[in-house]
Amino acid sequence: MADVKPGISGGRLSQSDYAVNFGDIHPPLDAHEALVESDRCYFCHDAPCQVACPTAIDIPMFIRQIQTGHPKSAAKTIFDQNIFGGMCARVCPTETLCEEACVRMEAEGKPVKIGLLQRYATDAFMADGGQPYERAKPTGKKVAVVGGGPAGLACAHRLAMHGHEVTVFEARPKSGGLNEYGIAAYKSTDDFAQKEVDFILGIGGITVQNGKKLGAGLDLADLQKDYDAVFLGIGLQGVNALGAQNDDAAGVEDAVGYIADLRQASDLSALPVGRRVVVIGGGMTAVDVAVQSKLLGAEDVTIVYRRGPEQMKASAYEQEVAQTRGVRIKHWAMPKAVIVKDGKAVGLTCEYTSEANGKLTGTGETFDLPADMIFRAIGQAYVDFTGGKLALEGGRIKVDDEKRTSVRGVWAGGDCVAGGQDLTVASVDDGRRAAESINLFLKA
Amino acid sequence: MADLRSHFIGIKSPNPFWLASAPPTDKEYNVVRAFKAGWGGVVWKTLGEEGPPIVNVNGPRYGAIHGADRRLLGLNNIELITDRPLEVNLQEIKRVKREWPDRAMIVSIMVPCNEDSWKAILPKVEETGCDGIELNFGCPHGMSERGMGSAVGQVPEYIEMVTRWCKQYSRMPVIVKLTPNITDIRYPARAAKKGGADAVSLINTISSIVSVDLDNFAPVPTIDGKGSHGGYCGPAVKPIALNMVAEIARDPETRGLPISAIGGVTTWRDAAEFISMSAGTVQVCTAAMTYGFRIVEEMKTGLARWMDEKGYATIEDFRGRAVPNVTDWQYLNLNYVTKAHIDQDLCIKCGRCYAACEDTSHQAIFKEKDGKRHFEVNDAECVACNLCVEVCPVDNCITMVRQTEGVDPRTRRKINPDYANWTTHPNNPMALKAAE
Ligand SMILES: Cc1cc2nc3c(=O)[nH]c(=O)nc-3n(C[C@H](O)[C@H](O)[C@H](O)COP(=O)(O)OP(=O)(O)OC[C@H]3O[C@@H](n4cnc5c(N)ncnc54)[C@H](O)[C@@H]3O)c2cc1C
Ligand SMILES: Cc1cc2nc3c(=O)[nH]c(=O)nc-3n(C[C@H](O)[C@H](O)[C@H](O)COP(=O)(O)O)c2cc1C
Ligand code: SF4
Ligand code: SF4
Ligand code: SF4
Repeated sequence: MADVKPGISGGRLSQSDYAVNFGDIHPPLDAHEALVESDRCYFCHDAPCQVACPTAIDIPMFIRQIQTGHPKSAAKTIFDQNIFGGMCARVCPTETLCEEACVRMEAEGKPVKIGLLQRYATDAFMADGGQPYERAKPTGKKVAVVGGGPAGLACAHRLAMHGHEVTVFEARPKSGGLNEYGIAAYKSTDDFAQKEVDFILGIGGITVQNGKKLGAGLDLADLQKDYDAVFLGIGLQGVNALGAQNDDAAGVEDAVGYIADLRQASDLSALPVGRRVVVIGGGMTAVDVAVQSKLLGAEDVTIVYRRGPEQMKASAYEQEVAQTRGVRIKHWAMPKAVIVKDGKAVGLTCEYTSEANGKLTGTGETFDLPADMIFRAIGQAYVDFTGGKLALEGGRIKVDDEKRTSVRGVWAGGDCVAGGQDLTVASVDDGRRAAESINLFLKA
Repeated sequence: MADLRSHFIGIKSPNPFWLASAPPTDKEYNVVRAFKAGWGGVVWKTLGEEGPPIVNVNGPRYGAIHGADRRLLGLNNIELITDRPLEVNLQEIKRVKREWPDRAMIVSIMVPCNEDSWKAILPKVEETGCDGIELNFGCPHGMSERGMGSAVGQVPEYIEMVTRWCKQYSRMPVIVKLTPNITDIRYPARAAKKGGADAVSLINTISSIVSVDLDNFAPVPTIDGKGSHGGYCGPAVKPIALNMVAEIARDPETRGLPISAIGGVTTWRDAAEFISMSAGTVQVCTAAMTYGFRIVEEMKTGLARWMDEKGYATIEDFRGRAVPNVTDWQYLNLNYVTKAHIDQDLCIKCGRCYAACEDTSHQAIFKEKDGKRHFEVNDAECVACNLCVEVCPVDNCITMVRQTEGVDPRTRRKINPDYANWTTHPNNPMALKAAE
């Protein structure tokens, strides 16, 4: 039954509903399902799935290892390329990556369930504990990694493997970056993000200092002085502004901040959510905040996106997830003004849009959506903590193929660098590549 | 609608699908339900001598090879002949035959290899009113250690001798069931014929160890830490059975000898193949043990539909049609040139054909065109081996296209439309000698 308590309120559902709603969106395969699914793989030559995987995991090989009864060997194959294989199995938009490229997609529209098989393998490994890697002999070299998200920790792990001594400086109390604070709750259940962080740190040689923030008592010059190399994986710490009238009214929130609260909430019923929620944006964050609002018991949730379904950054599959959870997506409309009553948001005035020659314009026609809560989900922005020392490109850190910044001895990767895909898996790839480059640099 | 009736060495049955001598035919309860389900006949589970019946192991008797979804592909067993008293079996056989007069009732027998034993059991079996007997010279495990089953089946002289006794001491049609555990199946078949057999049936199970349990290093199935070889059957053995049936069908000495084909028959198609290879009936064991008696329904309707589509009114209309096309390698047409061809609309670009041909065959597949992933056969290298066809996951995506004129780009020789085989080939030293 829909909860119709007006305004913004918690406790819209029964405790058991929260548990069901925020359970695993894709339950793991059991052993038999994994065998049957792995048998569907053709072990392609120069496999298109592998080419499509940003971390280039040897997918046919790991699937064959599952097929022959060795999921832990499969996990090792995965970790060789992607130490966050467990999280990536849960959060990768496989429908636009490996599974889209799978030849079975072309054959019958039903790709091999690579993500679920990857999860099966990595879960099997992690359930038993232990580390797949031993560290190389200590090199005596020290590397500073700023940011304990996927990019930073992937880099740290690979550096530790090579025998370097790594210190991770992480501003937040917990490590994991958006795996811990951003990913939708139903994609990463049972505190998986922290378990994975522990797994990664299990290799040894990595010290994490939580609560240490670059730009606040810690600056790049010091790190360059004290360490042999520096890697920055600081993500995107700013949020793009809405640019609509009254967008500072109570009830207008940043989606990422709200999701972070949700991810950290020990009791979801204590988390207030609007009865009528409007989300502005068209990416993964928009979909995630919309779906999670709905799952928290909001009665009506509408995503307002200024262009059509094809242009949305959220994949067709994610749009479908939203729609099947009861989220309405309103295309070709943009926010004009927040309607305020007694200092609180009560609605949003939107204007229809149209596109001509790639240029988007308002049509002048408007409509009002009632809303007690309005989420900004129109993208995050890079915030500089280095005192402007690094060259930028399109507002993010400029790097080369090896993830070297414009400053010698400083590498960067993940969301904070230009030209990325803003995906967990792409950040992991950056981290690993940077580590290999740093390793060569330190050994030279 | 096609007429499926079968008339095999004087034995009539409403269809050619018989249950082979095995657990499905071990008792009245089973056989009656099999007949209700529509089976055309049964070969009763092998009877042994009078007296205390043999015993089976009390641990597992089966092992298997499975496909990924646990589809049973091959079954291995260490079961012996019937472990129920002879008298009980005979009474049941008699009763069932009386109640199901239109179904074929064959009784399988295995007794020690001496005249008295056979002389003693034959009249008892005949008294049941059964339609014929099948001599089990095939069982490869257990009974063979006691000088029966395949121990007899591997010695053509014994086959001939026992067959003769059976013809001598009974008026029943005699089918000799052959063991595949022999180098050349034609010898036991010829012996059966010489002994006066009305027909042969084959194959019995193939000696096998289906797997080793890697935790305790013992064959599966494992009985108290040990295992012994068993007999292999099911879909995996069909190709072996089909070849053996073909060998007997085309051997000048046994040509025309009626055959009841056994071995991996699982669908109507398997049956049609065996019948086209001259079998008069087919016998089924593993498929029934895997899926139950109801599968005969699919076999019957499937065979009838195929016959209707092909315009065959009766089994005889297509029986044996494949036999003349089985030949020796030396007579295959060496002037027949084909090339693999990939249908680009069907190709899903998995690259399996490339990996197979590049790594293990003739490097005859290109994997790129204009910088793009694209698989195409290089006629100048393709030897037409068919490997790519077999590894391609898409039906009919790669086909063999015959080249009837011009030059074979691989050999650079002109295509010769005439038939020519190895016996006259210039590279054949024997051929050269003959020409001298
Ligand atoms: C709501 C949301 C949902 C998403 N869902 C998915 C998804 O389903 N699938 C997917 O593939 N991707 C998803 N993404 C994107 C993905 O989370 C990111 O691409 C990925 O986390 C980027 O990794 P990173 O290491 O570059 O940055 P982050 O994960 O942001 O990690 C950066 C870390 O650096 C720390 N930090 C920042 N500044 C400083 C500083 N000055 N000093 C010290 N530490 C600092 C931060 O606290 C953080 O821990 C989602 C993103 C969001 C926002
Ligand atoms: C458990 C089991 C017991 C069998 N017992 C006998 C038997 O007593 N007498 C016999 O002639 N064949 C016996 N066979 C062999 C079958 O009759 C048949 O020849 C063989 O299984 C091949 O056919 P299929 O592939 O359809 O199973 C037995 C087979 C199995 C699986
Ligand atoms: S593309 Fe699909 S079928 Fe081919 S290797 Fe990858 S997962 Fe297997
Ligand atoms: S038929 Fe044989 S040689 Fe020809 S392309 Fe196929 S695999 Fe290669
Ligand atoms: S094996 Fe078949 S589907 Fe795969 S690339 Fe070759 S022709 Fe195409």
